[in-house]
Amino acid sequence: MTAGTGTLQRKVAIVGAAETDALGKLPHMSRLALNAQAARKALEDAGLSFRDVDGIFSSVADPNELSEYFGIVPRYVDGTSVGGCSYIIHVRHAVAAIAAGYCSVALIVHGESGRSWIDMDRPGNPASPTGQFEAPFGASGAPTLFSIPVLRHFHQYGTTKQQMSHVPAATREWALLNPKAIMHKAGPITPEDVMASRMVCYPFNLLDCCLVADGGGALVLVGADRARDCRRKPVYVLGTGEAAAHRQVGMMRDFTMSDSSTLSGRLAFAEAGLGPADIRHLMFYDAFSFTPMMFLEDLGYCGRGESGPFVAETRKDATGRTIYKTGPGGALPMNTNGGGLSYCHTGRYGMFALLEAVYQLRGEAGARQIPGLDVSLVHGPGRHFAAAGTLILANR
Amino acid sequence: MTGNPAPAAAYKGPLPRATPETQPFWDGAKAHKLMLPWCEDCGQAHFYPRALCPHCHSVRLAWRQASGRGKVHTFVINHKAARGFEDKVPYVIAVIELEEGPRMMSNLVMDETPTPENVHVEMPVAVVFDDVTPEVTLPKFRPVR
Ligand SMILES: [Zn+2]
Repeated sequence: MTAGTGTLQRKVAIVGAAETDALGKLPHMSRLALNAQAARKALEDAGLSFRDVDGIFSSVADPNELSEYFGIVPRYVDGTSVGGCSYIIHVRHAVAAIAAGYCSVALIVHGESGRSWIDMDRPGNPASPTGQFEAPFGASGAPTLFSIPVLRHFHQYGTTKQQMSHVPAATREWALLNPKAIMHKAGPITPEDVMASRMVCYPFNLLDCCLVADGGGALVLVGADRARDCRRKPVYVLGTGEAAAHRQVGMMRDFTMSDSSTLSGRLAFAEAGLGPADIRHLMFYDAFSFTPMMFLEDLGYCGRGESGPFVAETRKDATGRTIYKTGPGGALPMNTNGGGLSYCHTGRYGMFALLEAVYQLRGEAGARQIPGLDVSLVHGPGRHFAAAGTLILANR
Repeated sequence: MTGNPAPAAAYKGPLPRATPETQPFWDGAKAHKLMLPWCEDCGQAHFYPRALCPHCHSVRLAWRQASGRGKVHTFVINHKAARGFEDKVPYVIAVIELEEGPRMMSNLVMDETPTPENVHVEMPVAVVFDDVTPEVTLPKFRPVR
């Protein structure tokens, strides 16, 4: 790994990381209780307490709610709320805030009652642009809205459902290695299983879609000087990016690429002084099978329109088992926790993609650990390819 | 599809609430006209209707009727009903590229059940007006040969 050139390089590190004790169906925990448990565990992981927190970053719960719930008065608040990538963007903002001296201990916290729906708001302002120009046509809900761009990609580049079905199959292989994954014991699936599962919104079948769960996670960031005294091996922030291009999926400029992802990725690579070839562990937010395919193209892991054949590349190992390109034993490990597809998805999954990168870089990923890993790339969309956040993280 | 006001209680789908900058669009739909805002400075139409031109940021806008012709830019066949659409599955949600340039989301009105075989990207379509309540008309699109 070459040294980067960005001005914020290694000035800030992640020193605390945790998810809630359980992920899945948690009807005994509210949205705020999930935030609280994740925050308490991440602070404990860092060897810090709520009293040390002077910067708070959150999105499903806003910083007002959390300051009140935790009984603290942070001097820096960031409620950036642009969809699932909000937490990835929060890390970027925390790096800037710590570098500027606006806070010293940043708590980024996620908790969402995505399945039990305890204290959650329903969208639906009929005067908003989505309320006027999407909802009246029965266009609401993630599976419907995330599927809108896909057939344009199929049309333009000849991408197929069979190719796309390799993504859930490869991702399930990782979940089988992660005891915390909701689908850990569900057994492997093949691309054919994906295509045979119930139709949800063509071109997406059920196994093309992420899980729907309750859960939470949190990160604690401090300046590099302070990080060296913490309990955990620091995970340094090397490069960051963010962008927002639109709100309604129907307003995408080009349905075969995300303008926000392309810009966000470029910013992060430039800041880190690294390119796609330098980073071989990807956490590419997989709300649906197609979602990470878009990012493989947007961030330069394959050419425009080439993500179909790219993800469908497989080989057989000595025992005859299928090795997927992005699965265990494959050339490009992606979504090694089992992803939104087979590990957990609460609604705003970005936090969980971040947590897996941290666990991998600390060498704590157990059976799914990538040996010798020193740098990881986290990228996610906000809403439906509307916003994006990118982080490049390293363990030295 | 046109000219048959449904009883208000019968329609369960979400209804739009117009804002000052979108009111002429919804008024036009009610009169069975597809109206678009055009920029008097750069000459381009845009959608959805805004208080400034998203191309050049001029505020000199004028409403004109669009041809109502376009083609399917991308689409889905939704089997997971949105609230109020329970009796309509499977239904097509399509992004229509209008002849005048802008794209808008809508539904395809079809005689047969939509399938991957009978709906296509680039399929030509023309606007039809669905009077879903006495107050609200939704512009939808029908495939044309
Ligand atoms: Zn203009």
